[in-house]
Amino acid sequence: MFSRLFENVSRRALVLLGVLLIGLFGAPLVASDYLLTVLILILYFAYIGQAWNIMMGFAGQLSLGHALYVGLGAYTAAALYVHFGIGPWLGLLAAVPIAALAGAFIGYLAFRFKVGGVYFAILTIAVAEFARVGFDHLTWTKGSGGLFLPVAQYAQSDLWLLRGKPVMFYYILLVAVVLAFVFCRALLQSRIGYFWLAIREDEEAARSAGIDTFRYKMIAVVISSGMTSFAGVIYAFYYNNLFPEQVFHISRSIEIILGPIVGGVGTLFGPIIGAFLLTGMSESLIAALHALGIDIPGAKQVFYGVCLLLVIMALPDGIWPWLSRRIGLSEREK
Amino acid sequence: MPFDVYLNVAVGGLLTGLVYGLMALGLSVIFGVVRVVNFAHGEMMTIAMYIAIVLFSALHLDPLIMLVPISAVLFCFGYALQAGIINPFITRPEHSQFLLLVAIAIIIINVLLIIFGPDAQSVQTSYSYDSFQIGKLIVDATKLYAAAAALAVAVALYGFFQFTAIGTAIRACADNYTGALVVGLDVKHLYALTFGLGAACVGAAGVMLVLIVDVTPSLGPAYTLLAFVIVITGGLGSMPGALLGGVLIGLTEAMAGLIFTPSAKSMFAFAILVLVLLFRPQGIMGKKAA
Repeated sequence: MFSRLFENVSRRALVLLGVLLIGLFGAPLVASDYLLTVLILILYFAYIGQAWNIMMGFAGQLSLGHALYVGLGAYTAAALYVHFGIGPWLGLLAAVPIAALAGAFIGYLAFRFKVGGVYFAILTIAVAEFARVGFDHLTWTKGSGGLFLPVAQYAQSDLWLLRGKPVMFYYILLVAVVLAFVFCRALLQSRIGYFWLAIREDEEAARSAGIDTFRYKMIAVVISSGMTSFAGVIYAFYYNNLFPEQVFHISRSIEIILGPIVGGVGTLFGPIIGAFLLTGMSESLIAALHALGIDIPGAKQVFYGVCLLLVIMALPDGIWPWLSRRIGLSEREK
Repeated sequence: MPFDVYLNVAVGGLLTGLVYGLMALGLSVIFGVVRVVNFAHGEMMTIAMYIAIVLFSALHLDPLIMLVPISAVLFCFGYALQAGIINPFITRPEHSQFLLLVAIAIIIINVLLIIFGPDAQSVQTSYSYDSFQIGKLIVDATKLYAAAAALAVAVALYGFFQFTAIGTAIRACADNYTGALVVGLDVKHLYALTFGLGAACVGAAGVMLVLIVDVTPSLGPAYTLLAFVIVITGGLGSMPGALLGGVLIGLTEAMAGLIFTPSAKSMFAFAILVLVLLFRPQGIMGKKAA
């Protein structure tokens, strides 16, 4: 099982991967506080991007509502902590099943009734929006007024209760990204992974080849939504405040999926490189506009939009397939 | 609550719903022919809304008079967008098209934000507070005019598709892409024309909605979503379906706002969408996919 992970991986790829890992693990030693928060954001988006990629990139089901799973994870863990003092790692035991259940619900509705493509995408938006308005009126989680986690100055990081300095969150997210990477690689090399790719390429053909497409699409949704909810838990304990209008909003769902699409849908590295590029670009745009003395609300987003437009027009498959050819990695995942 | 309150709210919802329907009609026409989901639909509508506001505040031109010229501007915008940017994407996968239109939407929202600022703006016409009274029924004049104009535009569009040569050619493209190419239709031009028509529809709807709602640059995404809900409820690609879906959603939102609370009204629209997807995935008026 373990040796199969390294099958068909060139030495060059392993060396580059190693250098990247060492760099990321060492980054907090040299990074300033600001840079660290940017890196945390990057890892956060990379992780969710990986989770989304399982559903869209591997199994071919376009979800535009992943904010739902982030929000469910965040709210479950935060509410358990605020109301009952239950820590985030135990909260995770509730958050993951709840999000996975929501994913299974959407998947069941859609796949049972053969709702696919654009219709499926809109169904995912609709359920996320339903949750947003619903949480706005849910008094147990303080509705639209927002749910706040108690904050204090911490001398030491408490890993069990996730109370502490940003560095702790950085390493948690880094480990999550690495584990997700290995997990995705293992999935792609398993039976399930091959079935997914078959479904993605041609569902009818997959079905006639005897694949239970309903079952494997359900597995993809459940894994993806469960994984995403972990990011939600981290979000809740990192930011310490939750507003339905923020966590469930459609623009969150869009943010989540821009990275993997720009990086390369269906590739292992796409979500990671996309997160680095987009978050990095967004932050450097802020810095550049600030340096130029341009302080117009919206100016940054216009540049951001133009960059997105240019990337998708120039590299429709995303950056990673192009980049991997460039740096001489013959990755053939597509 | 007395019965006539319900009736008044229902009529108001029905009239607003017709304008929603016209907006959704644009989306439906674009998807039905070009097979691209216009994720910048609501944002295109805000462009039309701001044009109407500028013309009104600078030159005191009534939005309803400017309906045709503003729609024409939006038509040109839509045509250029499809011919210039979207056309290479029509054979690409959905997520690729989605990203492209999201990028366009982001640009539109923020250009409007830079130009007009974040504050809500509205148009106060001389008939803003007029109403007609029919027995116990009180009907907002603006809503009535807007709904009538929406119906007129929808009928004109239907006539165009049914009775003109270009309209027939566009329907041919929608029915059979390869066939249309074989008989020598300029599909690229016809697609751009269709996108332009869709943009003109949403532009016209925007001009009418200016009379009913306050406008901010960030209004777009909510209306994009609303248009999706309506179109899928009514049946993608069906013109009467889009109008019917609009009326249904308009009514639902109005009644939900009255019976429960206005802030929860969109929940009911989404609930209807989920029900429709479950029991009639092709939409109320949609044809069953072969």
